[in-house]
Amino acid sequence: MARHWKSSWNALRLRAVRQWYLGRALRRRKQVRPLKLRLKAIAKDAILCFVTQRNERIRLPYFLDYYRRAGIGHFLFVDNDSDDGSAEYLSLQPDVSLWRATTSYKAARFGMDWLNWLLFRYGTGHWCLTVDPDEFLVYPHCDTRPLQALVDWMDGTGLKSFPAMLLDVYPEGRIGDQPYREGQNPMEIARYFDPANYMIHKNGRFGNLWIQGGPRARTFFGRNPELAPALNKVPLVRWERPYAYISSTHMALPRSLNLVYDEDGGERISGVLLHAKFLSTFIAKSSEEMERGEHYANSQEYRAYNAVLHNDMVLYTPESLLYEDWRQLQEIGLISQGNWA
Amino acid sequence: MSETIRLGVVFLCHNELDVAAQMVRIWHDGGAGVAIHVDSRADEVSYQTMRQSLADLTDVVWVERRKCEWGMFSMVEATQAAATDLLRRFDNVTHVFAASGSCLPLRPVAELCDYLRRHPRVDFIESVSAQDVGWTVGGLNIERFERYFPVSWRKRRRLFDWLVNMQRKFRLRRRMPRGLAPHLGSQWWCLTRQTLDAILTDQRRSEFDRFFRWTWIPDECYFQTLARRHSSRIESRSLTLSKFDFRGRPYTFYGDHAEMLSLSRCFVARKVWPGARDLLSRFPEDRGPRALRDEPDPARIERLINLTVTRRTLGRPGLYMQSRFPKKDRENGKTAGRYALLQGFTDLFPEFETWLQARVDADVHGHLFARESVEFSGRPAIGPGALSTHPESRDYDPYGFLTSLIRITDRTQVFQYGPRDLQALNWFMVTDPNAVIRVITGAWVVPLMHSGMPFDDIRHIAARLQRTELTQLGVLRSVWVKADVEIWELADFVARPAAILQRVVRDLTPGTWPLYDQYPQLRDLDQLGRFLQRLRNAGLQPRLMGDFPATRSEQEWNV
Repeated sequence: MARHWKSSWNALRLRAVRQWYLGRALRRRKQVRPLKLRLKAIAKDAILCFVTQRNERIRLPYFLDYYRRAGIGHFLFVDNDSDDGSAEYLSLQPDVSLWRATTSYKAARFGMDWLNWLLFRYGTGHWCLTVDPDEFLVYPHCDTRPLQALVDWMDGTGLKSFPAMLLDVYPEGRIGDQPYREGQNPMEIARYFDPANYMIHKNGRFGNLWIQGGPRARTFFGRNPELAPALNKVPLVRWERPYAYISSTHMALPRSLNLVYDEDGGERISGVLLHAKFLSTFIAKSSEEMERGEHYANSQEYRAYNAVLHNDMVLYTPESLLYEDWRQLQEIGLISQGNWA
Repeated sequence: MSETIRLGVVFLCHNELDVAAQMVRIWHDGGAGVAIHVDSRADEVSYQTMRQSLADLTDVVWVERRKCEWGMFSMVEATQAAATDLLRRFDNVTHVFAASGSCLPLRPVAELCDYLRRHPRVDFIESVSAQDVGWTVGGLNIERFERYFPVSWRKRRRLFDWLVNMQRKFRLRRRMPRGLAPHLGSQWWCLTRQTLDAILTDQRRSEFDRFFRWTWIPDECYFQTLARRHSSRIESRSLTLSKFDFRGRPYTFYGDHAEMLSLSRCFVARKVWPGARDLLSRFPEDRGPRALRDEPDPARIERLINLTVTRRTLGRPGLYMQSRFPKKDRENGKTAGRYALLQGFTDLFPEFETWLQARVDADVHGHLFARESVEFSGRPAIGPGALSTHPESRDYDPYGFLTSLIRITDRTQVFQYGPRDLQALNWFMVTDPNAVIRVITGAWVVPLMHSGMPFDDIRHIAARLQRTELTQLGVLRSVWVKADVEIWELADFVARPAAILQRVVRDLTPGTWPLYDQYPQLRDLDQLGRFLQRLRNAGLQPRLMGDFPATRSEQEWNV
């Protein structure tokens, strides 16, 4: 009985948390001002992609190309005060609706308030993918089946969210050695990943798994792993109005969206977001981000990078694996196709 | 066998009507008469589009539309109506095949007709006695017939469960109509005209319909039960390849299954993902006259699906990841492979690690769980699978550390252990059948004796290590032990080190028997008895080493 009370109490608290985050997002809705909207072009069952970006011009062509091929129907971008022409580039794309926010990224919970608002307003009833411009979704069978097949299957089995942890990919040598060209597949340069150093803890309150590890944890946070950046994400959700992302896309509410793992030994379906952050563009970016101080936990992550960057960061180790395809990731046990035969 | 076969198809569809129209065309072009029932919940516009796109087909009947709800009797009514219309319109139809909009014919309809011609008067309908059926999901077998199921399971789940529980509680039971034996099976059947006609025109049909109206999922039992009453020969299997997952939902086939579907030689497969254009364009596939008489053989597909079911329900042992994070004792295999923990050997033999590495087919690590470092084999800066060598990272998730290491490496992992190391995993390893644990109790005292530290410090450390090891032994001797555990006291080991080392090596690589071998250098133990006596004199009773004589000569009194 006591347990029953406890879980009801937790449910009530989480409900308050969710409403608070949703309220924040709704109050800040004026911060995102439309630049170029093509919302009429959204088909009834289109898969939508929500992105915030700042000065990512060079990455955008490949990003759009990658997700168009996967079957994204429409992109909803929030541009955070870019000055490198990325907003102009995006506003020319036929399947992009663009908003601009000039206020603080940090004060908007690292852009999440803006996206929660857009998801609330335009995401309801659609499958919504929320990613950064350096994240590339890989799901089981992604080489032969479009994203639509995945979401149809999830609709059929009653799944509402799809987990995809961040998998940091990095180049073989120093990260600045191979310059990234516009339109190039970033995974041609950042081809390696860490196969098995992931630390998992269960977050009882929100129900999600807290996954840390990978090259960032072992290189920058070896002595204090609890500070390492979180890797767990639920980027693909069949959105409903009361939903809200709480901390980036690491966790969402209601709690059931986070319960994407099996606790009785079986495997559920999951994918990864290949995180091609460590390209030649990263060096300039990380100095800039440090100065802006607009990132999570006082940009502590970027501080750590900068400390190492000066003597040429190499993330590659002899234990790193060359990325091949989703089957390799499933073999290693980073993703699973669950019962999607 | 000059009998001519004309196939009729009872065609049910409710969405993706454009794909359904393609399927109708396949059946029709193969020479079948088709009675199409479109769920009235499908929107009017797409229905009209479908009708127009099929307007050129001659042998098609459009059945009056009604609302079909999954698991309810309306599905049976739709089938009955379509079958009645079909039989009335086409006098020459000899067999009736039930298909849906997501059933894809894999072989030409003519081959199916030929198959039916070679098996005259056979009803292909999966029909298994409800008493003995083992595959229904949800636990309701015979109860499907014995209780009332007036509400939809999909829509009113709680009310449904409540009603079932109430009926169980008050022992409310229905009686089967006289002369019927309850049978279950796939609703995608192929009946002869005679059987179907007998079912539809049965004098007691209204009585049967009234009964089945409130059974659960009547489309899986109505024809299956009544065919037993009317058929002269039942072949209890479906000609439609249709597989269900562990929750009772049908598996979907995609473009990448094309090769496997083609090899299965089944006549019809369901469900097919409506977006799988390559499947729709490839099938039905005519593989020439030599393949004409192939028997359906779905073994490969069944293997694939069984594999999927196992993955979903049992998972891969020892895997902890974002979508598989089993609770304690629900792991179905705590670790992925065999590993060994050797305790006390490095304390006695300084060169033990290299000695052992040369003799076993395994990765021999140092103290993986040492407090101040992670001693991977060869002491690399980064361990296997890119595991961090910082003890803080390891201690942050020690379970993940051990299970990842075992899963990512191909060979048996062997590591040294002792009371100086992190003790967090003791219960985990002891309850894991993959663990091989070999312990020499009290061996930790030997390096302490040789350390040359002040005796006061030694006494403190010895007390702490002894407490730790006693706690660990409590775990190792509990009734929950699943690991392969062997424990020797130090005195016992020292009495016959060669024999025990041989056994350890043999246990790690079964099949080897290193009889004549060089043994590693044992540390000097001459002073051990006296050293233990000094601990005793300082008030610490050594409890784990066994018997070493306190004095062997007069001189020792002076040490």
